[in-house]
Amino acid sequence: MDTIAARNRKRYWRKAKVLTAFLVSVWFSTTFGIIFFARELAGLTLFGWPFSFYMAAQGLSLLYLLIVAVYVARMRRLDRILNNETADAE
Amino acid sequence: MPNKDFSRRLGRYYSWYTAGFIVFLLSLAILEKEGFPRAWIGYLFIFSTIVLYAGIGVISRTSDVSEYYVAGRRVPAMYNGMATAADWMSAASFISLAGGLYVMGFDGLAYILGWTGGYCLVALLVAPFLNKFGHYTIPDFLAARYCGPWGNNTVRLLAVGFTVLVSFTYVVAQIYGVGLITSRFTGVDFSVGIFLGLASILVCSFLGGMRAITWTQVAQYIIMLIAYMIPVVWLSVKHTNIPVPQVAYGSALSKLSEREKELNEDRGEQQVRTIYKARAREYEAKIQALPKSWEGGLVDMQRHVEDLKRSNASLLEIKAASRALAVYPKDPEEARRKWTEAMQFNLSHAEPVVPHATPFPGKTEAASDGKRNNFMALVLCLMMGTAALPHILVRFYTTPSVAETRKSVFWTLFFVILLYTTVPALAVLVKYDIYTSLLGTDFSKIPAWVSYWASVDKLNPLVSISDMNRDGIVQLAEIVMDGDIVVLATPEIAGLPYVISGLIAAGGLAAALSTADGLLLTISNALSHDVYYKTVDPTASTQKRVTISKLLLLVVALVAAYAASLKPGDILSMVGAAFSLAASALFAALVLGVFWKRANQQGAIAGMVIGLGVCVYYMVRTYPALGGSAANQWFGIAPISAGVFGVPAGFLAIVVVSLLTARPEPRTMAFVDHIRLP
Repeated sequence: MDTIAARNRKRYWRKAKVLTAFLVSVWFSTTFGIIFFARELAGLTLFGWPFSFYMAAQGLSLLYLLIVAVYVARMRRLDRILNNETADAE
Repeated sequence: MPNKDFSRRLGRYYSWYTAGFIVFLLSLAILEKEGFPRAWIGYLFIFSTIVLYAGIGVISRTSDVSEYYVAGRRVPAMYNGMATAADWMSAASFISLAGGLYVMGFDGLAYILGWTGGYCLVALLVAPFLNKFGHYTIPDFLAARYCGPWGNNTVRLLAVGFTVLVSFTYVVAQIYGVGLITSRFTGVDFSVGIFLGLASILVCSFLGGMRAITWTQVAQYIIMLIAYMIPVVWLSVKHTNIPVPQVAYGSALSKLSEREKELNEDRGEQQVRTIYKARAREYEAKIQALPKSWEGGLVDMQRHVEDLKRSNASLLEIKAASRALAVYPKDPEEARRKWTEAMQFNLSHAEPVVPHATPFPGKTEAASDGKRNNFMALVLCLMMGTAALPHILVRFYTTPSVAETRKSVFWTLFFVILLYTTVPALAVLVKYDIYTSLLGTDFSKIPAWVSYWASVDKLNPLVSISDMNRDGIVQLAEIVMDGDIVVLATPEIAGLPYVISGLIAAGGLAAALSTADGLLLTISNALSHDVYYKTVDPTASTQKRVTISKLLLLVVALVAAYAASLKPGDILSMVGAAFSLAASALFAALVLGVFWKRANQQGAIAGMVIGLGVCVYYMVRTYPALGGSAANQWFGIAPISAGVFGVPAGFLAIVVVSLLTARPEPRTMAFVDHIRLP
C-alpha cells in the first residue's frame, strides 16, 4: 500500500519536474533567442510591426501568459491523476 | 460551495463599485462643463479616492492572526490576481514607464519583458510551493526549509534583513511618488501630500492588515485600469480609428518611423543641433580652462550684477542676474561636475533622432552589441527579481489551495499584461502626436498643455520649449521634456477634458498606495512575526502578536515617510537596483529549496550572503552615485543589472557549500516531499 502511494507520488513529481523543465526552457530560449537576434529579425514584419519590436512589446508577454496557462492546465491534470490513484489505493 | 458564493458576492460588490466610480466620473465631467474650477477637480479625485480606500480598510478591520497576515487564505484566484497586479504596479510603472519607453524606444522594452516574464518563474518555481507550505512570511519558508545545526533562526534573521532592505528602499520611493502626485495635481505642499497618502495607507493596513489591503488593492487596480485606458483608447481612435491600442499602434509606428527620417533631413533641426554642438564645445573649453575659467566667470557675473544695479536696470533683470549668481558653482570641483553634465546634455541633444523601433541603435557594432548584452542582463535581473520580491510572493499565501495559487499567478500575469501591453502603445501614440502636431507649429500657437505643465514645477520644469534658432517654429531638438509628461499630459494632448487628468492623478495615486500598502505590511510582518514572535517571545498570545504588528507598521510607515520627505535622490535611483538585490539574495535559496533536496542550511546561508555580497560589491564599484566608476564594469554590464553576477554566485555557493557539508536532516527531506505535492 505504502509503496504504491509512494511510487505514485514519485511519478507525480517526476512528471511535474519534466513539465517545469520544458516550460522553463521554452521561456528561456524564446526570450533570449529573440533578443539576441533582434537586429536580424527587425527586417521581418508581423501584423505591420517590425517583428522584434512586436515580440518585445507584446508577443513575448502573451507567450508567457500561454506558458503559465499550459502549466496550470497540465498540473491540474497531474493533480487529478494523483488524487484518483490515492483514492483507488484506499 | 461557499467559495463560489463568496466569489459571486465579490463580483457583485466590485461591479457596483465600478459602476459607482463611472457615475462619479461622469458627474465630475458635467460639473467641469458647468465651470467647476480645475483645482477642485484635482482635490475631489484625490480626497475621495483616499477616503474610499480608508473606508474599505474600516469595513475589513480585523485582529485575527490569519486574517491579518494572509487574509484568511480564502481570496479567489482572480481577485488575488488583481490585487497582486496592483501590488506589483508601482508609481514608477504607472507614471514613468511610458515616458521611459518614449525616450528609450526599443531599449526600454526590457522593462516590459522583464516585468511580465518574471511571472513564469513565479508560477513554475516558487508560488505553488509557498502556498502548500502555508505559513505567513518568506523568512518563515526559508527558516523551515533550511533548519539545521545552526539553530532555527539564523536563516530566518538573514532573510528578514534582506526583506527589510529590499522593501524599505522600494516603499520610500512609493511614498515619494504619493507626495509628487498630490503636489502636482492639487498644488499642496510635497510633505503635506506625503502625510495625506500616509494617512490613507495607515487607516487601511493598520485596521485590517492583509485582508483590508487585498480588497483595497482590487479596488485600486480597477481605478488604475480605467485611468490608463481612457486616454490611450482616445488617442488610438484619433490617430488610427481603432479603439484597441494594442492592435492599432502598428500603423502609427510605421508612420512614426517615416516621420523620424524626415526629421533627420530637416534644415531647422540641423540648425538647432549645430547650436547644441557649439554650446557643448563652449562647456568643453571652460572645463579645460579650470580653475581659471571658474574664477573669471564668477568675477564677470558679480560685475554684471553691479552694473545692472548702477545703471538702474529693472528689478526683474537684477533679480534674474542675482539668481544666476546664486546658483553659480561654489568651487572649481563643483564647476567641473556641473559643466560636464551640461556638456553631455548639449551633446545628447545634438544627436540625430534615434529611430523608435530599431533594436540596440549604436554607432558601431561593438556599441550596439554592448546595448544588446545590457538589455539581456536587465531582462534577466528583472525576471529573477520578480520571483524573489517578498511583497509579491506573500500574496500567494492568501489563496485557498495550490491549484488556486497557480491559477492566481495566471490572473496576475493577465492583469499585468493588460496594462503593460498598453504602455508601449501609449509611448508610440504620444510620440507620433508630438512629432506630427507639435513640431512645426508656430511658437505663438503652442498648445496650452505645454505652458500648464511647464509651470507646475518651477525648479525642474517638466517640459520647456525655447526657440533656439529664432525661426519661430518648434523643432524637436528645442523641446526638453521629462519622461513623466507622457502620462501626465496625455489627456490634454488627446484633447480630453481636465476630468481625465484628475483621473490619471487618481490612477497614479492608486498605483503608489497599493504598492506601499503591500510593502509596509511585508516589512512589519517580517519584523513582528519573524523577529518578535519566532525569535524574541515565542509564547506571545495571538492578540499580542497582531498588536505588535500594528505598532511596528506605524513605526515603519513614519520612518519611511520621514525618509521620503528628505527627497533622497540616491534612494530613488536604487529602486531599479532592488530587483537585482532581491534576486541575488533570495532567488537561489527559494528555488533550490524546492528543487534540490541536498541543499542544506550552511549552503543557503553561504548562498544568500555571497549572492547579495557580489551584487552589492559590483554596484558599489560601478555606480557613480556610490563612488564607483564605469571603468570597473565586467563585460560592460550596467550596475542596475548586478544580479547577473550575484545570482549565479549565490547558486554556486549553495551547491558547493551544501556538497561540502553534511546532508540535511530527515525532517527537511520530509518537508520538501510535503511541499512538492499539491
